[in-house]
Amino acid sequence: MSERIDARGLSCPQPVVLVKKAIERIGKGTIEILVDTVTSRENVSRLARSVGYQVSVEEKEGEFVLKLEKS
Amino acid sequence: MSNLIAFFASRRGIVSAGIFIGVFAPILQKLGNPANMGICVACMERDIAGALGLHRADVGQYLRPEIMGFVLGSLIAALMFREFKPRTGSAPIIRFFLGFFAMVGALVFLGCPWRALLRLAGGDGNAILGLAGLAFGIWVGVLFLRSGYNLGRSTQAKAAAGWVMPVLMIVLLLFAVFEPQFTQGGPIFKSAKGPGAAHAPLIISLLVGLGVGFLAQRTRFCTMGAIRDVILIRDFHLFSGILALVVVAFATNLILGQFKPGFVNQPIAHNDYAWNFLGMTLSGLAFALAGGCPGRQLILSGEGDGDAAVFVVGMIVGAGFAHNFALASSARGPGAFGPAAVIIGFIFCLLIGFAMRERSKA
Repeated sequence: MSERIDARGLSCPQPVVLVKKAIERIGKGTIEILVDTVTSRENVSRLARSVGYQVSVEEKEGEFVLKLEKS
Repeated sequence: MSNLIAFFASRRGIVSAGIFIGVFAPILQKLGNPANMGICVACMERDIAGALGLHRADVGQYLRPEIMGFVLGSLIAALMFREFKPRTGSAPIIRFFLGFFAMVGALVFLGCPWRALLRLAGGDGNAILGLAGLAFGIWVGVLFLRSGYNLGRSTQAKAAAGWVMPVLMIVLLLFAVFEPQFTQGGPIFKSAKGPGAAHAPLIISLLVGLGVGFLAQRTRFCTMGAIRDVILIRDFHLFSGILALVVVAFATNLILGQFKPGFVNQPIAHNDYAWNFLGMTLSGLAFALAGGCPGRQLILSGEGDGDAAVFVVGMIVGAGFAHNFALASSARGPGAFGPAAVIIGFIFCLLIGFAMRERSKA
């Protein structure tokens, strides 16, 4: 299962809430989430790691693509 | 630099922010700030409202340099670490009134969440009611968050939108330093008695404010977020920061001889249990719906968040109304219309909570 979320412009804790719901839906798999603040990047990464997801981050012109994976 | 970034984002980083506030708030009190009010965002914004003449309670008038320090310290950190990001457009008028009612609730309790923690660390048992109310309000906010509540997206803005708040703070700081008088007997006002007259030396207040602002920007320190994250995602990261604050402030108060346990005759506090609880419940709900406690909103406004700046302005205007319309409490208890205003605030927050829900599309 995989999901894509655009959380740009959403302030704390919305990106985290969206990722949490996505994780609850898919259980395992890949979630790609687009955020535009460092705070959101940190918060989403912390949540994902706490439930056993691996996190990789790619920065593109001030925005971040976070790839969350659990197999 | 990347080591520093990792440190501030870590558990040790957030704890160090809590320790910094826990040490320096009681010291500010020792150096002149009001009792159990070394730092209180709500009270300090109320004093700023008073100094500008937005209310005329003559015991709450002083341009508190700590507030300017928070915003400017955050600005410095955001610029240094390339996080200054002007943005706005996420339901600003709603945020204004969330700020307004958050202030009303805080002035019924007599303190923001930071002061609630500091009151607890100073021995004021009434703070337990306030903190319980705060947690309850945040819990209600989390129910809304879970059911799809959100205030919509902000968009990137031109640099000017991000600079308005820091520049406003510099202007207020200049007023605080030079104390100009604009009309005879008029603003800038400065209390001759009461809490407004109690303050640490300006430069020390400013320096501590800058330090708190810098650290809080780096670590995302937030009292509302601390409780929200525990309820919402069982995450204790931010909570460890407020825990550190209370423990260290308690120890610092003991060392400075400022710990006085009890419920009655606590400084700048009343012991009406119900309204201590309900005032803070309203604030907690408003903070949760707006995404940050008053301190956090100041920090966000310093890193370019125009919506957080609107919340701050809402709080300052709310302080004006709270005193002009007899909503604010005093040592004797709630103001004549405080309870009614809290109820109106609940109705507003609940309506907003229900109205701003979005059915999840994904």
